[in-house]
Amino acid sequence: MTSLPQSTEKRLGLVIDLDTCVGCHACAVNCKEWNTGAGASPLADTDAYGADVSGAWLNRIHTFEVTPENAPAQIVHFPKSCLHCDDAPCVTVCPTGASHKRSEDGIVLVTEDICIGCGLCAWACPYGAREMDPVENVMKKCTLCVDRIYSETLAEEDRIPACVRTCPSSARHFGDFNDPDSNVSRLVAERGGIDLMPEMETRPVNKYLPPRPKTRPASKAPSAAAPASVPKADGFLGWLDAALDKLG
Amino acid sequence: MHPAVSVIFFTVMSGAGLGMIFLIGLGFPVDASAGWVFLVGVVGGGLSVAGLLVSTFHLGHPERAWRALSQWRSSWLSREGIAAIATLILFGIYVLAWMATGKRYPVLGLATALGAALTVFTTSMIYAQLKTVPQWHSRLTPLVYCGFALGSGWLLASAFGTHEAPEFWGIALIGLAWAAKWMWWARASRARLADAGSTPETATGLGFIGKVRLLERPHTGGNYLTREMVHRIGRKHASRLRMLALVFGGVVPVLVLAIVGLSDAPGLFNLLAAISMIIGLLAERWLFFAEAEHAVSLYYGHR
Repeated sequence: MTSLPQSTEKRLGLVIDLDTCVGCHACAVNCKEWNTGAGASPLADTDAYGADVSGAWLNRIHTFEVTPENAPAQIVHFPKSCLHCDDAPCVTVCPTGASHKRSEDGIVLVTEDICIGCGLCAWACPYGAREMDPVENVMKKCTLCVDRIYSETLAEEDRIPACVRTCPSSARHFGDFNDPDSNVSRLVAERGGIDLMPEMETRPVNKYLPPRPKTRPASKAPSAAAPASVPKADGFLGWLDAALDKLG
Repeated sequence: MHPAVSVIFFTVMSGAGLGMIFLIGLGFPVDASAGWVFLVGVVGGGLSVAGLLVSTFHLGHPERAWRALSQWRSSWLSREGIAAIATLILFGIYVLAWMATGKRYPVLGLATALGAALTVFTTSMIYAQLKTVPQWHSRLTPLVYCGFALGSGWLLASAFGTHEAPEFWGIALIGLAWAAKWMWWARASRARLADAGSTPETATGLGFIGKVRLLERPHTGGNYLTREMVHRIGRKHASRLRMLALVFGGVVPVLVLAIVGLSDAPGLFNLLAAISMIIGLLAERWLFFAEAEHAVSLYYGHR
């Protein structure tokens, strides 16, 4: 049933730290690797070794330039995957019941063998979290590695999503947002975790930790446009400087 | 948004067919010979069925389309499927009973008309429900879909029916439908993503630092999202297409109706007006998709 559960026992999700992400794309690569070899159908590509390569990814890393009013621009690497929203519009639009949100842990999943590939859920998602598989012709999305986190065969430390496991800068954290003492809840509280596009009223579970403020020189003239003061020259250069000044 | 030809065809064709079914169900006068009634049934039902069949072409798995009937509690697409099938079955029974007995059954007709109206409404709600596309997310969207279905349906019905002076009503309905569309266009120009409060700053949550600009896409090539929702090629000829939509969808049908109405030409000539309007609506529907901005484009540096 594609109605949303009133509430879920757990609210599993990710915290993504924009301060520590270095934009290496390892999380996206490991996501692709795991979800291509795991239980469900492979996460396919077309023309994978040709000139016009394209394929389905469940996690993509964008890079943004942010320019403050009086300071130089800064770069923010921005990994983006399904946010497992509490009010997931991708679930309620689904005509077949393939797209659903689990009441036990809040994970949003697609049951592949009843998906008709109409694409309406991807239209309903403001975040671009869903992509049509070009070979299977069904909608694919982040499963929060449901086949890892509940695994009884994987080693204990591997029972977290592949993207979290692989992140070399520990920019990704996995946990239960319903538990106020979980690592993710504490991170969000300490660092002021934010929702993406709150105006869409999707109530995302995943939170983003904003970059910490940059340390800036204490000087009062930080304007990027103002030219740096030129040190005064002496000797021949000093004479040349004065002579050129006089020329106007 | 990517203007998928199958969806454009479906919404225009089944809109016209359901508009005609709506009017026939309400008792639009038709010469009651069985053969002619059969023809009316084939035109109204055929357009709707053809539209429905074409709409399955854009599915990844058309063979599973029946599953789309299960989620009527939450999904407008599911409701549309159910409403469309129920309406076509009712219309089939209505036409067969009419052919067999030579009588029309008003209660059955009313139910058919209600079903047709509901089907067009549910189609429009598939688009109007989407917050991610602010230009569609409006009460005017159902109004426009219903207006065009009624207008093009009237032209079809008047071509096959025996309504007294249908041309006058046809011109009025075309005028009303385009008035609604004009309001829709006026609103759409004020309902860009930024007007809905969505910007690269809200999409990334980085607005508290400063102005946000995409520096690098995730991959150098395109992907499903950029092809489907960050599609911009279709906007290239927007003003010319808008002109074509207005000329073929409004001006030509009105001229044809005026000529037929003022001369002794048989009502069947109104079919020309219907065909012209359908051609114009195909252009209108192309723009409906091509000009729409989706929120995900904010992550790809476009609008």
